[in-house]
Amino acid sequence: MEGCSRKDEVCPQLLDLISKDREWVLKSGEGRSHGSPEEKKLELRLGPPGEDWTIKDNTNNNNYRERDESLRYLRYLSSMASMTHNCSNNNNNSNIINNTTTSCGKRGFLETVERNTGEEGYQVKTQQQQQQTKASFLQFQSSPPVITKESSQPCCTKVVDLQNTEKKAFSPASANTAVPNSSQKRSAPTAVVGWPPIRSFRKNLASSSSSKPANESQDVVPNKIASEKPVEVGKKGLFVKINMDGVPIGRKVDLTAYDSYEKLSSAVDELFRGLLAAQRDSSAGGIQTKHEEEKTITGLLDGSGEYTLVYEDNEGDRVLVGDVPWHMFVNTVKRLRVLKSSELSALCLGSSKQEKAPLDSALK
Amino acid sequence: MGYSFPEEVLEHVLSFIDSDSDRNSVSLVCKSWHDIERWCRRRLFVGNCYAVSPAIAIRRFPELRSVSLKGKPHFADFNLVPHEWGGYAYPWIAAFAKAYPWLEELRLKRMVVSDEALELIAKKFKNFRVLVMYSCEGFSTDGLATIAANCRNLKELDLSESEVDDVSGNWLSQFPDSYTSLESLNITSLSSEIRFTALERLVGRCPNLKTLKLSHSVPLDLLPNLLQKAPQLVELGSGLHTKEVHPDLYSKLAGAFSGCKGLKRLCGLRDVVPSYLPTLYPICFGLTSLNLSDAPIQCPELIKLVSQCQNLQRLWVLDYIEDTGLIALAESCKDLRELRVFPSDPFGQEPNVSLTEQGLVSVSAGCPKLHSVLYFCRRMSNVALSTIARNRPNLTRFRLCIIERFRPDYITQEPLDVGFGAIVEHCKDLKRLSLSGLLTDRVFEYIGSHGKKLEMLSLAFAGDSDLGLHHVLSGCKSLRKLEIRDCPFGDKALLANAAKLETMRSLWMSACQVSYRACKLLGQKMPRLNVEVIAEQGHPDSSPDEYPVEKLYIYRTVSGPRSDMPSFVWTMDKNSALRSS
Repeated sequence: MEGCSRKDEVCPQLLDLISKDREWVLKSGEGRSHGSPEEKKLELRLGPPGEDWTIKDNTNNNNYRERDESLRYLRYLSSMASMTHNCSNNNNNSNIINNTTTSCGKRGFLETVERNTGEEGYQVKTQQQQQQTKASFLQFQSSPPVITKESSQPCCTKVVDLQNTEKKAFSPASANTAVPNSSQKRSAPTAVVGWPPIRSFRKNLASSSSSKPANESQDVVPNKIASEKPVEVGKKGLFVKINMDGVPIGRKVDLTAYDSYEKLSSAVDELFRGLLAAQRDSSAGGIQTKHEEEKTITGLLDGSGEYTLVYEDNEGDRVLVGDVPWHMFVNTVKRLRVLKSSELSALCLGSSKQEKAPLDSALK
Repeated sequence: MGYSFPEEVLEHVLSFIDSDSDRNSVSLVCKSWHDIERWCRRRLFVGNCYAVSPAIAIRRFPELRSVSLKGKPHFADFNLVPHEWGGYAYPWIAAFAKAYPWLEELRLKRMVVSDEALELIAKKFKNFRVLVMYSCEGFSTDGLATIAANCRNLKELDLSESEVDDVSGNWLSQFPDSYTSLESLNITSLSSEIRFTALERLVGRCPNLKTLKLSHSVPLDLLPNLLQKAPQLVELGSGLHTKEVHPDLYSKLAGAFSGCKGLKRLCGLRDVVPSYLPTLYPICFGLTSLNLSDAPIQCPELIKLVSQCQNLQRLWVLDYIEDTGLIALAESCKDLRELRVFPSDPFGQEPNVSLTEQGLVSVSAGCPKLHSVLYFCRRMSNVALSTIARNRPNLTRFRLCIIERFRPDYITQEPLDVGFGAIVEHCKDLKRLSLSGLLTDRVFEYIGSHGKKLEMLSLAFAGDSDLGLHHVLSGCKSLRKLEIRDCPFGDKALLANAAKLETMRSLWMSACQVSYRACKLLGQKMPRLNVEVIAEQGHPDSSPDEYPVEKLYIYRTVSGPRSDMPSFVWTMDKNSALRSS
């Protein structure tokens, strides 16, 4: 009914993505450092499914698919198109645009393949897993490709043809990917942002939880999930707020994107260089030219620069960044601040605990 | 009118009218009533802080004492609204500081409140009494310190679920020794260690303290002292955690709880040690509200606890309660009005507890006053939903979340259209509905034809086509808030029902199929709407117009496009359609 013309415009793009995907599928078994071990297993296993195909959970079979599956099929086609466009928005800060688009296309393709494979193994229309899982062998509801008149549009037929020719090559892959989902034994939850819809306000979990995942959508009970949580948090990114003296707008940085203090320091420099220049510009009355020279912010870690990077840990102390090994830092940091070096000794707040190195001694 | 009676009389009469909608009706009677009413209105509720500007509000209501403001859309709770989207409280507070020096109450929800804003509150409102910041962010304990130090008449400080930059716990000591008016304190979201001595002294010197909700960092051994200092407490939120079980701590705690004869509401109990639960038994009978959604208590203990709470009206609990616990609940708590069951393991692939639709069916059968439900589970059937609907036609809020998306009826494998259809058909007063599971356009047909009192609808991963959205927009006469994610709704339904959008507070659509072109068109044709496009991946102009937008937030407003948008939000206005793409 709706938007078929839109689909016509979009379909070519979908087809392009599919052809790219084929290569991506075959390569993906190698060296993907993202994705959980489970998903890696999926990628490598291109053999026939074996008895994993048996339906473990009888509550899900294919009956419901009779209804409206054609419309759903079309919906997916068009939603693939939208998702290729929208895909990346769910990736909070990662910029793997190419992968996300291919993965979305891949998803669409897989979906059509599984529709053909019909009765073999059920697929519940589970998680349209978004890019964050990186491995995009994803599940779709499988349904027989009964296509109504709407899908007799040329573009859709093309896709159907495509899937027919490539079905053989790909059904094992899709079968494999179908399997873990179907048996619900996947241990790595492939979460969608904001689903299930649970508030993420519970940041003060058991004291062992040291990260402050400001944008996490997980809301977990400490006792049960504490052991699993760090893995998920690590994957999704550890966002901490960072404020700079003189700049009213704070930012957030994803600490999992760095593995050393040097990288963090240069990231901070990049983040605030422009803002700082803008502040200077505006505070000077804005008479200067628009693009004032942006000074690099250096010496954040050793006290030699105009600014110094400090952080607040989970006990509320302010500590100079760089004192402890990186991984310890990541585990205890709650918030970052870029302070004027000249004001550091005056700002040595700390708490009643004394064991952290006082800032002024580190400065000397 | 043949004669008129003095304004003072009318004002006096109006002072008994609290409801906003009644007051709005009063103001429509005639000009003089409009004028009298606006001068004597003391409370204002602004459901969307961008629907009206502070200046307009102040101009109309010059004598306000209490203001409630809401900022971000509801889906911000689930991280769907990008950080720095907006919702800043400062402009409002700054305007109020000039216009309402006698402002007493501020209630903010999902807004960004800076320390500067808190400082304004502390210094400019001499008679400030109530500060509620629900799910807000942007401030630190420094701001709280200023409030504590300056608001001599503060009665209520409520930070529930707000994200506080926890610099230090010393702010509590900023309440001067002469300060004794505290009645309600909610600091559950703070994580830093607070000065316990300061807390004890504060609690001890405030004889009217009725609500005390503490963060989980308050250790158990502190609790008996606090309770003894405040036996008049009506609402308590506290952890019950401890490293070891001490026999005399146990008896102290038991004694302290028994002394709190008026305790009606209990929450917290995070990290609860089950062996301390019996200390609560003496107060169970008096409890009307119990929030155990932080407490990993298992089914047997839960049953023991809950079955003693015969006067319970509200229960929030984790799915550890299981079906058997809910059956016990249904038998013991005949006064239950609200039930929320949260998932203990929302991201696990397999159910970790035996909680199914049966639990909810039992409660719907056994609790005649049940009208508000939020239920997370892993399976549902049409027949269960129909049973619930028939059992409880008095439902006003029904939010069901089947954790795995697109789940059909587990018995028949059909979509859950018919079940939800039964809910809207039988529950004629239903105001709020959230759907989940496998759903086609049919369910929206039911909702459109039966959901005449529906005010808020939340949709995710549902529907087949624009027809679904069209049913909702054209059929739900009372709809105020519609929030949609990941549904295949596009331009047609939206454009065909554009006028409807002006009768609603807001519409949120993310990961749907509304094209940029449609957004521009709406923005151009509907000047009283703000059509905000959120595109974090780059300006929508850089893609073809027919591409769908990432996220769309449409709300009615009398103050035009807002000026504080971040770089990834654009308002479609009458000029946007002219921009070349």
